Amino acid sequence: MAQGIRDRVAIVGMGCTRFGELWDKGPEDLLVEAVTEALADAGIGPEKVDAYWLGTLSSGNSGLTLSVPLKTRYKPVTRVENFCATGSEAFRNAAYAVAAGVYDVVVAVGVEKLKDSGYSGLVANLDAADRTGPNLTAPAAFALLAPAYFAKYGLDPRHGKEVLARIAWKNHKNGALNPRAQYQKEVPMDVILKAPMVAEPLGVYDCSGVADGAAAAVIVRAEDARRFRPDPVYVKAMAVAAGPGHGGLHQDYDFTTIRENVHAAQEAYRQAGITDPRRQLDLAEVHDCFTPTELILYEDLGFSERGKGWQDALSGVFDLGGELPVNPDGGLKSFGHPVGASGLRMMYEVYLQLQGRAGERQIPGARLGLTHNLGGLPWQSVAFVSILGREPGAP
Amino acid sequence: MIGITAYGAYIPYHRLSRKAIAEATGETALPGQRAVAGPDEDSVTMAVEAARDALGGQRGDGLDAVYLATTTAPYREKQAAATVAAALGVRPSVRAAAFSGSLQAGASALLAAVDAVRAGSAGSVLVAVADLRPAAPQGPLESIVGDGAAAFLVGSGPGVLATLEAAHSVTADLVGQWRGAQDPFVRSWEERFVVSEGYGALVREVLIGLRERTGLGPADFARVILHPLHPRHHAALAAGLGFRPEQVQDPLFAAVGLAGAAAAPLMLAAALAQARPGDRLLYVSYGDGADALVFRVTEAASQFRPRRGVAGWLEVGREGLTYMRYLRWRGLVPAEPGRRPARPRPSAPALWRRRAKNLALTGSRCTACGTPQFPPQRVCVHCQAVDHMEPYRFADRPARLVTFTADHLAAAVDPPTLLGAIDFEGGGRMLVELTDCMANELHVGMPVEMTFRRLYEAEGIQNYFWKARPVRTAGEGE
Repeated sequence: MAQGIRDRVAIVGMGCTRFGELWDKGPEDLLVEAVTEALADAGIGPEKVDAYWLGTLSSGNSGLTLSVPLKTRYKPVTRVENFCATGSEAFRNAAYAVAAGVYDVVVAVGVEKLKDSGYSGLVANLDAADRTGPNLTAPAAFALLAPAYFAKYGLDPRHGKEVLARIAWKNHKNGALNPRAQYQKEVPMDVILKAPMVAEPLGVYDCSGVADGAAAAVIVRAEDARRFRPDPVYVKAMAVAAGPGHGGLHQDYDFTTIRENVHAAQEAYRQAGITDPRRQLDLAEVHDCFTPTELILYEDLGFSERGKGWQDALSGVFDLGGELPVNPDGGLKSFGHPVGASGLRMMYEVYLQLQGRAGERQIPGARLGLTHNLGGLPWQSVAFVSILGREPGAP
Repeated sequence: MIGITAYGAYIPYHRLSRKAIAEATGETALPGQRAVAGPDEDSVTMAVEAARDALGGQRGDGLDAVYLATTTAPYREKQAAATVAAALGVRPSVRAAAFSGSLQAGASALLAAVDAVRAGSAGSVLVAVADLRPAAPQGPLESIVGDGAAAFLVGSGPGVLATLEAAHSVTADLVGQWRGAQDPFVRSWEERFVVSEGYGALVREVLIGLRERTGLGPADFARVILHPLHPRHHAALAAGLGFRPEQVQDPLFAAVGLAGAAAAPLMLAAALAQARPGDRLLYVSYGDGADALVFRVTEAASQFRPRRGVAGWLEVGREGLTYMRYLRWRGLVPAEPGRRPARPRPSAPALWRRRAKNLALTGSRCTACGTPQFPPQRVCVHCQAVDHMEPYRFADRPARLVTFTADHLAAAVDPPTLLGAIDFEGGGRMLVELTDCMANELHVGMPVEMTFRRLYEAEGIQNYFWKARPVRTAGEGE
């Protein structure tokens, strides 16, 4: 059995820009801000960094996207891409290089500048060269989860829509407490329910915020971590699952789950020694690109029994004061979703929470947190799960 | 015995009432409605649907030739009949040819098909006739025309439903109706000239010639299928030629509109469905001259039914299309472009190497575990066997809707874009656009069937593919 990454590396500094429609900032500004903040947080200068991993979906090619604006002086920079899980992928590869002993100090950074495109939403074209794929946008792809889930568990569509709205309501409520979030205000349920349709049954408030932003992490070996700061955050597990496209080809996929989520979560729980995630985790930052995605995630990640996630959502299990707060920072919904940055933004929130630095939205005594980052479509995706902890040793 | 061995029809789902046109234009309304091809339909897709109606769910691999007759081919240069052939899953060694440029094109194609079979150069020929005549907005033709298609298999032997007994043609270079190479719409000379010197005179002349050749006159025919030029002149001309009203085949003006080159072929398909063994049918085309074809209906005719036929399609249409929406579908009003990047033209090499997938809707079936899959795979999604695949056509298999959405964000001529996942009977899953339905009709488990459509056009390239539509039964339409 592979050893996994548990307690081999730690995060000793992080930075995150404000997310939003940052008309006056380009990707180079965002990169400078996130990396500078992360280095300052770690208490080091750029000369201490051995290598960088840069994640971006479409805001630049090659390591030069980072090395030129930051003037990193001939240090290695690797650009990675894995759809909306790109930020996590940058972090994962950077962490592995440290764990392998190749480098002492590395920086993982994710960035995306979406608001220069002139279109709402993502405009990534996933269609094959013959252009016969369905004329599909991201909200439409994830909207497909809703009717299937409602039909399977006997929710009438109107009730189902209220469940989805409740998830958006929660994430907006959390985002209202977050000074770096794209949307910092609560949204009443009836406004969510009556919003214009994007991809039925999803309205505007069922969709994550299209944002610009960047986030960065400084990673060192676990045994070195306390030389940088007294409260490092340890990586307990990381797992990625890339799917075979099963759900688009095989009738046994029913659009009420994303199988890659389940595979990534099981592997991460194995590495971290987690057997009861709902009880053992103190918070989770998950990929709520659209409200039905968060709904099925509750079940995919083992927070809720199959078919019970909607009840848990309604009863407040995942609220900030609930049994297992999910997306305390507002999530993609409210914090915004600059694709390449999102995976690192999730880690940023867990990092702050474990250090007790999350301000008004602080979860008391948080020790163990999960991030879940997803790229692709429900029937063919890349899913990433990490577990981060406050102390080395058993969870 | 040579003649028609199968027939089928296609009438688009959408119908525009002539009252709606009149309300928009301020003119006096003609009665009834006209069929309107959807924004994802053209003469090629309608021809494919009519051919599938005739083939009754069989693929076209028994065909030796595919003839397409239309005045509205999607390309000036590029063989549209080849697209029809590919969509039907024909063998590569098939002759494909187009008959174009005249309202007579359907009769020309039928006669050429009979000649090919008689000469022994083909055993079975598909003749598909489709039209979508471009009529200027607010002009007199707009209310009169309609869109549709008919298809006939021509062959020999005991399976012949209607033998071609005799035929006679006249040709005349008369400028009556025309559309220049750069004209967007059909033009017409003064109607009285067209009717008296063209339509009336030429039809009369071809029937006189037929009588001289065969001795057959009006009393010898159970039905006359007379190409309709205008509803006003149709009955009068038939009566003037000596036909009783009950002999005259309905020109489908009230429910479909006059479908250009496909108008008389649609009437022939309707007449064949009602004919009794021994009946003689007289088919008269008109265009740049006229053809008279005499069909004798055989005993085999009662054994054949198209999958839907004219009557079946008429039962499931939806009236209620607005005039504005019709204009938008036809590109006749400027529209704000979608707030998404334009779709790039499809790659020609990609279209070529995936032609069986795109045009014939052929996926693969794993010979190791039996799992059908679309698009075709090399590694089986179920058992991971590598290169153990055989071609597997999905086009004629029934399916059910697994889940769905209506996408208001995607750029489309007619938003929202409906799409969903469907499961085919016998295995296989597809993520596909849905057409000919409204968002509020969709529900999990809904039966759907595949239909050949045009996804979009870019740089003059038509990107044809398949969509799913609800399976509709009689009485469901509005």
